[in-house]
Amino acid sequence: MARYVVDVMPKPEILDPQGKAVLGALPRLGFAGVVEVRQGKRFEVEIEGDQTPESLAEVQQMAETLLSNPVIEDFEVRSV
Amino acid sequence: MRVGVVTFPGSLDDVDARRAVTFGGNEAVALWHGDHDLQGVDAVVLPGGFSYGDYLRCGAISRFAPVMTEVIEAAGKGLPVLGICNGFQILCESHLLPGALIRNDHRKFACRDQRLRIENTSTPWTAAYEPGAEITVVLKNGEGGYVADEATLDRLEGEGRVVARYLGDNPNGSLRGIAGITNEGGNVVGLMPHPEHAVEALCGPGTDGLGFFTSLAAAAFA
Repeated sequence: MARYVVDVMPKPEILDPQGKAVLGALPRLGFAGVVEVRQGKRFEVEIEGDQTPESLAEVQQMAETLLSNPVIEDFEVRSV
Repeated sequence: MRVGVVTFPGSLDDVDARRAVTFGGNEAVALWHGDHDLQGVDAVVLPGGFSYGDYLRCGAISRFAPVMTEVIEAAGKGLPVLGICNGFQILCESHLLPGALIRNDHRKFACRDQRLRIENTSTPWTAAYEPGAEITVVLKNGEGGYVADEATLDRLEGEGRVVARYLGDNPNGSLRGIAGITNEGGNVVGLMPHPEHAVEALCGPGTDGLGFFTSLAAAAFA
C-alpha cells in the first residue's frame, strides 16, 4: 500500500478563526506564552500498489482539486 | 420563466427558494443533485443549507455533484445562476465566482435582519431594483466571511461586480463589506444573505427580497 499524507493549512494572510479560538482557550488552561495557533487539516491517503511518481502526482492532483481550496489554503504532500 | 432549484443532501432553503421563485412570477422546477439533467430550465438557483454536511469545506463536495457538471457548463454559456448562502459557497468552490467564504471573524453563527445596498442592477437577478436600493433581508450564516486577494477585490470593485454590500455593522468579517458578487458575464450571482426569506410580509422582515425573483420575469419582457 502506498501511503501519503496531505497537510492543508489556511494561507498566512487568511484569518483563521478556529486557530484564534484555540489560542484564546490555552491561557485559561494555564498554558502561558502561546502567541499564535493556526488550525489546518491532515489527510491520510492510501493507494493500491507501491509508491510511484504517478501515485504521488495523483495525490498532488487530489490535493489541488478537492482536499484544498487554493484561494484560501496551501497544501503539502509527503509519502510516509 | 422556468427556474430550477437544486436540492442537495443537506439543503435547507430549497422549498423557500421554490416558493420565492413562484412569488416572483416564475415557474419553479425541482432539480436533484444526483441527476445530470437541468430539465431545460431558463435559470438555476442553488439554495442555502449545509449540503453534504459542510464536510471538508462548505460547498467543496457539492461542487462535484452530478448536476453541477450541467450547471457549470450552462453558466459558462450565459444561463442565469443565483447561489444563496451555501449556494454562494458552491459557486466559489466551482470557480464560477472568485474568492471564498470562510468562518465568521467573530466565530459565532449570525442570524438577523440585515440591511444591504444593491450596487449592480444589471444582472438578471437584480434588474428589478433601483440602483443603490437599500433593502432588508434575512442573514443567517456561520461561514459567511467573503475573502479574496486585494487584486481580485480591486477588479470586482472596478468592474462593478459587487452586487450587494452590507450596511451597518459588518456581520461576518467579509472584506470590504461584500455581501454578493457577480461573474464577468454578469449572469452568475452569489449572495450570502437570503432574499428568499423576505418575500412575504407575514414571515421575515418584509418583501424586499422579492426583487431577486421578479427580476428574471422583468428581464424576459425587457
